[in-house]
Formats: sequence, C-alpha cells, structure tokens
Amino acid sequence: MRKLIPGVDSQLLIKDAAKVMPDPMRRTFLRGAFSLGALTFLTGCDIIDSDAAEGVLRKISEFNDGAQAALFSSTKLAPVYPESAITRPFPFNAYYDEDDAPNVDGAAYKLAVGGLVDNKKSWTLDELYALPQVSQITRHVCVEGWSAIGSWQGAQLSEFLKRIGADTRAKYVWFKCAEGYTNTIDMPTAMHPQTQMTFRFDNKILPRAYGFPMKIRMPTKLGYKNPKYVVAMEVTNTDRGGYWEDQGYNWFGGQ
Amino acid sequence: MMPGQGAMTAETIAAPSAEKAIHPVWVRVTHWINAIAILVMIGSGWQIYNASPLFDFTFAKSITLGGWLGGAIQWHFAAMWVLMVNGLVYLTLGFATGRFRRKLWPITPSAVLADVKAALTFKLAHDDLSHYNAVQKLLYSGVILSGIIVVLSGLAIWKPVQFQELTTLFGGYNFARYVHFFAMAAIVGFLVVHVALALLVPKSLRAMVTGR
Ligand code: HEM
Repeated sequence: MRKLIPGVDSQLLIKDAAKVMPDPMRRTFLRGAFSLGALTFLTGCDIIDSDAAEGVLRKISEFNDGAQAALFSSTKLAPVYPESAITRPFPFNAYYDEDDAPNVDGAAYKLAVGGLVDNKKSWTLDELYALPQVSQITRHVCVEGWSAIGSWQGAQLSEFLKRIGADTRAKYVWFKCAEGYTNTIDMPTAMHPQTQMTFRFDNKILPRAYGFPMKIRMPTKLGYKNPKYVVAMEVTNTDRGGYWEDQGYNWFGGQ
Repeated sequence: MMPGQGAMTAETIAAPSAEKAIHPVWVRVTHWINAIAILVMIGSGWQIYNASPLFDFTFAKSITLGGWLGGAIQWHFAAMWVLMVNGLVYLTLGFATGRFRRKLWPITPSAVLADVKAALTFKLAHDDLSHYNAVQKLLYSGVILSGIIVVLSGLAIWKPVQFQELTTLFGGYNFARYVHFFAMAAIVGFLVVHVALALLVPKSLRAMVTGR
C-alpha cells in the first residue's frame, strides 16, 4: 500500500472516522482484557470500577485543558513551511465519507453571527471575501497522529471579531457547521494571529472536501478543533462543548 | 502472586532491624509507581498507535487500553503526569543521593562482556543484591535513558507548536513520532528481560518490595 504521509494509508483515511468512533457499547470504554486485568493484577485488588475511573479520567482531561491554556502563548506562532512542503493531495478526513460531505450553496450562504457582539448582521460570501486576506502554510495535526501540510487563505478571526464589535473578554467562541458539527474554542486561541476564517485552499476557492465555503483554521489546535462548513459563530461565556469533545476528546485540543 | 512470598515473612522477622535495606524506600515506591504508569502508557499508547499506524501492523485490541482513541488518549495524558512527576522524583533522588553513581557507574564494555559470559554459563552470582552486575547497570541506565527520551519525544509530539524547539530537536513532528515509538519499543524489550529475570531470581523481587 502506498503511503501518502508517514503513518497514513490513503485508503484508510476515509474509513478513519468509523475506526476512531467510540464503541457503540460505551461500557467498553475501559474494558478489555488489558485494562482492568492489568490494574487489578498490579494493585492486587479489584478497586477499579469503570464509572469511577471514567469520572476521574474526565476530571484529569479537564485539568489538562487548564494546563494547555497555561502553556498556550498568544504570540508564539506555529511553524510555517515553503510551498514545496505542501502535502498533495491533502487528505480528506471526517466522521463521514467524502460523498456525504455537506454541499453548501455559496450564493445563498450567509454566515450568522451572534452572542456578545455589537453587530449581529449576517455575512454573505462576497462580503467575507472582501475582508483583508492573509495566508499561511502550516501543519495540520490530527488527533490520530498523522499530519499534513496545507496552504490556507482567509481573514484573521481576531480582526473580524474586532470589526463586529465582539466582547473579546468573553471566554469562548462557538462554531456551528452545516452538517451539525459544533466546536467551542477559548478566546485566546480565537485572538491568535494565525487563527483564520479560511475561504481558500492553496489559493483556490475552498473545495467542498476541505470545508466550502468557510473553515476555521487554527494551527495551534488539533484537526477536530478546526471546523469546516461553518455557518454560524457566537461569542459566549457558556461552554457549549463540541461534537468530538462531548464524546471524550480533550476540550482544549491544543498543540 | 509473588513467588517467594511465603518465605518472606519469616526472614523479615528474623533479619536484624538495624540492617540497611537493599533498596531504600524511595526507590521501591517510585519503582512500583513507575511500573504502573508505564504499563498504562504502553497499553493506551498502543491503542493511539492503532489510529494511525507507523508500520504495517497494529496491536491486538485485547492488549490495548482505553477501548477507543478518545479513551486511550485520556489514559495516556493522565498517566503521563504520574510518569513525569514520579520520574523527576526518582531522577532527582538518584543523582542527589549518589545512588546512580554508586550503583550504575561505571559501566565498562569488558565488564559487560564478562558478565554476559558468566550469565550464559549460569555462573553469574546473585549473592549480593545491593550490588548490580555490569549487565544490570547497562540495562538500568539504558531504560532510564529510554524513559527520558520517551517523555521528551512525547512532549514534542503533544505540543509541536508550544514546544516547537523540542520538536525540531527530535527531527520534526513526523520523525519525533518514530523516536517516541522506538523508545517505547526499547522499554518493552527491557521489560520482557527485566520481568523474566526478576521472576528467575525471586529474592530480588522481594528486595524490591520489602527492601530486604
Ligand atoms: C512490572 C513489572 C516489573 C517488575 C516485576 C520489576 C522488578 C524489579 C526488580 C525485582 C528490581 C530489582 C532488581 C535488582 O535487584 O537487580 C527492579 C529494579 C529496577 N527496575 Fe523494575 N520491575 C518492573 C517494571 C519496571 C519498569 C516498567 C521499569 C522502567 C521502565 C523498571 C525499571 C527498573 C529500574 C531502573 C531498576 C533499578 C532501580 C534502582 O536501582 O534505582 N522496572 N525492578
């Protein structure tokens, strides 16, 4: 099998989603011959009950959110790469097949803006394309372990938030996507200079596979924290979770 | 569970209490905390590996921990703190008390060769448990170094932006993944030999538990 990227089988990429989905039986989260068996063996007694263990693990994951927020630097930039380093073809990855990706009508598209902002007007694609544009060639790192270098163009989210009079002292920005995917991010990451409302990939209008018409590109966060097909955003002080985070992926998802 | 446990009680009582422990209590405590943390890291690490394998094989689900990628990551990044804090305590005390210098140093190739030969002809003595032979010194120093590398390369792939200097030091994100994998493999290789030898010489296991 030809390797596209070290560690990624191109055919498997599409099927990845199914592979990493939680087991239908949530109880298997901690089961398996290894887990309880080994811990019971080592501790010499059967103290590990899986509900309690899951609760503890969730608490530690929250602690790790705090640790990552502390490690996050709002001025430290993700490394950038030359054009020759771009991974071609750049992999498609989602919890559904490429054929099932949302097909958003660009002409009818309006980005809804809500929450703690002065100006709640919706934005058409033409208006978004008219914003000052920036470009980055950065590494997209997936929680699964593989990575790929891509080229993204669009508007700085921080600039947009200022433009719409967002309360940037709020804690979070929440995104909603065409297929129902959601994502909440911390304000410091939203204000990071490389956090981008992306409209183009490799200088061409964002293809459907990569999130047409708009993706939020954050090279400081793992792939699942970079939503595609974004149709609405809200500035908020309430953590509204997200598609993967609610299933157990780490909330901060930083790099 | 542990061979030789029956004999332990009698001997512990018989031993004069003033006699110095073979392994001080900090070595025993950090050793067993480390053993648990490492097993959790390996089991969950294998599950994480399976999500995006580096080689043409995956680990059987029955020997992995976490059930799925998200669960494995939760285990991995929980045990990570135990491993790091415990490891720092062990390393600090190992250097500060002079234990590393006394027990693990020096390691000379000729001594290692001589002890390997002795071991293969079953002539390697185990009378003095407070003294490590050259093979033990080499294995223990090697696994301590592997432990340091596995933690640092892990940090390099966990934070390739915030710790990007470290990631660069490990040859970039992709290369650091391989470094992390091979450091794990070295530790697993050590473990197989290490546990086998501990079971072959049960009194060494007892000493690591009771100190005597
Ligand atoms: C889980 C099964 C394990 C068992 C049964 C076990 C057993 C032992 C025993 C009996 C000793 C004393 C050996 C002697 O007196 O020569 C020892 C020492 C040691 N073990 Fe383990 N061990 C285990 C796991 C580990 C792991 C996972 C590591 C590291 C990755 C490790 C690293 C060490 C080191 C570095 C020493 C020397 C400690 C010192 O003297 O400071 N062990 N182990």
